[in-house]
Formats: sequence, structure tokens, C-alpha cells
Amino acid sequence: MNEEFKLEIVNPEKLFLSKEDVTEVVVPALEGEMGILKDHISIISFLKPGLIIINSNSGEDKFFIEDGVLEFKNNNLTILTSSIYDLKQTQKSKFQELLKIAEDQSKEITSNDQVKFLNEQKIEILKAIN
Amino acid sequence: MASLDDLKKRITSVKSTQKITKAMKMVAAAKLKRAQESAEKGRPYSKKMNNVILNLSNGISDKDSAPKLLSGTGKEQRHLCVIMTSDRGLCGGFNANIIKKAKNFFSKIIKDGKELKIITVGSKGNDQLKRNFGDKIIENISFKNSKNANYFDAEKVGKSIIEKFDKEEFDICTIFYNQFKNVITQIPQAQQIIPLNTENDDTSKSDDKYEFEPDEDVILSNLLPKNISIQIFKAMLENSASEQGARMSAMDNATRNAGEMVDKLTIEYNRSRQAAITKELIEIISGAESL
Repeated sequence: MNEEFKLEIVNPEKLFLSKEDVTEVVVPALEGEMGILKDHISIISFLKPGLIIINSNSGEDKFFIEDGVLEFKNNNLTILTSSIYDLKQTQKSKFQELLKIAEDQSKEITSNDQVKFLNEQKIEILKAIN
Repeated sequence: MASLDDLKKRITSVKSTQKITKAMKMVAAAKLKRAQESAEKGRPYSKKMNNVILNLSNGISDKDSAPKLLSGTGKEQRHLCVIMTSDRGLCGGFNANIIKKAKNFFSKIIKDGKELKIITVGSKGNDQLKRNFGDKIIENISFKNSKNANYFDAEKVGKSIIEKFDKEEFDICTIFYNQFKNVITQIPQAQQIIPLNTENDDTSKSDDKYEFEPDEDVILSNLLPKNISIQIFKAMLENSASEQGARMSAMDNATRNAGEMVDKLTIEYNRSRQAAITKELIEIISGAESL
């Protein structure tokens, strides 16, 4: 039985990743982590900062995203994100830098609850990575 | 007629101009390749984003409660125009074409008695619009320091636009930029980004029902501001590719013209040299004959 579907991750600069043999993707949706398998119902979802875990026939890949949108339709999964980092290839210092930026920002945000929540999530995840 | 010395000087000066334009052409060609690549790579993102938003706005049940960025303020009185031009000159009609299109649009707005505000991105646009519309320009953003168009810059412009929208400083926002078609053709574009134009889109509309998590309103209100930045970024990428293309063909033309001029001047130089020799000969011969 064929359990694979197509995945595309796009960032503003380019088509970041395109894979045909994906079996499962776990994404950090706004209301909690969500796993997507083949023949999932058509869905549009907003992503919060977190890890994308991609299981494919060629192994497991992990990416850190700061934000994003997900669209799944007809076994085509598209993830749009403005900042994405490969966990294996990106240097630790980069994540420390991101963590520092996020912590600085958290001091400035006072009014908007949602922005605050997203930023706290980001800090938490980054701390876990570091 | 100019003296031989003058002609010689002119030939040298035209030749060195030719060298400069040739070098500029080559630099532009190298940059063009990179800019074109990133413009083409950037297209899927903005297209997909448009698709998602289109699907979302189709899915919204109650149009009245939709975010203002999508539905507009309900008025059309105040226009904000974002004019995206280059920071450098010597690129043929690149900037002039955008400005021309923008000026037509401006005069229509003013004729209709509507209010006009202008943001210029890139210093060339600011220079050219300052004279006629100086009092309308509210902001000038320039990215002279950044080498390539990057998303960070685009986000800055986008945020500034949204901030102004939240303060209710305008009702409709249009961006002007050059779309890159090929090296010799750039099409000036006017694209309305606030409120978002969902009708005249060439993307295929799907009737598929989507599930939304969280609900449509939350996603939309998060996505729309982002979309503004993305559209600006797309415009920046297209613009930088167009700029290099326009510069390349302009410099190519200039090099060719300089070559023609050198040929013409060389012929003139040779003729007058010959004329001078002939004249001297005649003088010698007629001097000898009279003896």
C-alpha cells in the first residue's frame, strides 16, 4: 500500500524543500501539535513557532520554524514560512542568537496576548534545542 | 571644422565612455542572472500565499465580520500609493515607466477629488516625484545599503503600511512596480493590496471545503498583514530583476551608439587629415611652379 504524499516547504526566497516520499509530518499548529498522514482532510492551519518533523522513506528530518501557514489538499502538503532552519545543518550559535532576540522582544510586548503567547512558545522551543 | 587635435580628443573620450558602458553592461548582466533567479524562486511563495488567502476568503461565512485588511474600510476617499523604484540611475526607462504610470494614477485621483498619500521606496522615485507631488509624499524608504532585496526590508515596508492602516490614515493602498518579463521587457504594474483584490485572480478557484484550525477569522487576521509584506517582497524581487535587465539593455545600446560615434569621428578625422596633406601639397606644387 502506498502511504506517501507530497510535501513542499516554501519560504519567500525559494522553494525550500520538495519531497515526494513523505509518510508523516508533525507540525506545531496554533492549538497544539498535529500529525498529518496520507489522505488527511483538506485543511488550512496557522503554525506557531516550533519543530516540523518529517518522516519519509529516506529518513527523518527536523526543522525549526518561527511562523507559518499550512495547506493540505489532495495529498499535497504545502507549508509557507518566512523563517525556517534545518536542525542538523544550522549552527547552535544561530539558535542562541534567535533565543536572545526572542527574549529581548518578550520584554517589549505588553499589550497583545497572542503575540506574547507565540513569543513564549518560541523561547521555550529554542531553549529545548540549545 | 574642428581641428585634428579636437577630433582626436573627442575620439578618446567617446572610447572611454564606451569602456564604462560596456563594463556596466557586464556587471548588470551578472547581477541580472542572480536577481532573475531569486525573482523566479520567490514567485511560488507569493502565489501559494495568494491561493491560501483566496481559499480562506471563500470559506468565510460572514463577509461583514471579515478583517478590514480584506474587506476595506468601506470608503474610497483616501489613497496610499507605494512607488517602488531603484536607488541608482542609468537604467533606461525603468524608473520613468513606473513614474509615468503612477503619475497618471495620481492625476486621476486628484481629479476625482480624493486624498492622495505617497510612500516612495528607492531614492530615484523620490527625486522625480518631489517636484510635482512633494507635499503628498509622507515617507521615503531607501535600501541603498542592502545589496540584494531581502525579506527583512520588505517586512519593514509592510509594517509601516499596516501601522498607517491601523491608524486609519488611508482606505486603499496600491503598489507600483515593474514586473520582470524578460531582459528587454518590463511591465509597470499597479497592484492594489489593501483591501485585497480577490476577484481578478488567475489562480484556479477551488470549491473544495477546507477544515480550518483555528477558525478562519483568526488565520486571516494573522495572515493578511503577512501577505502585505510578501506582496511587497515580491514587488522588490521583480523590481530588482527588472532594474538589472533595463540597465543591461540600456548600457548595451549606449555601447553600440558609442561605437557608431567612434566610427563616424574616425572617418571625419581621416578626411580632415587627408585634406590637410592635400592642401600642403598644393601649396608646395604651386610654389614650385611660380618659380
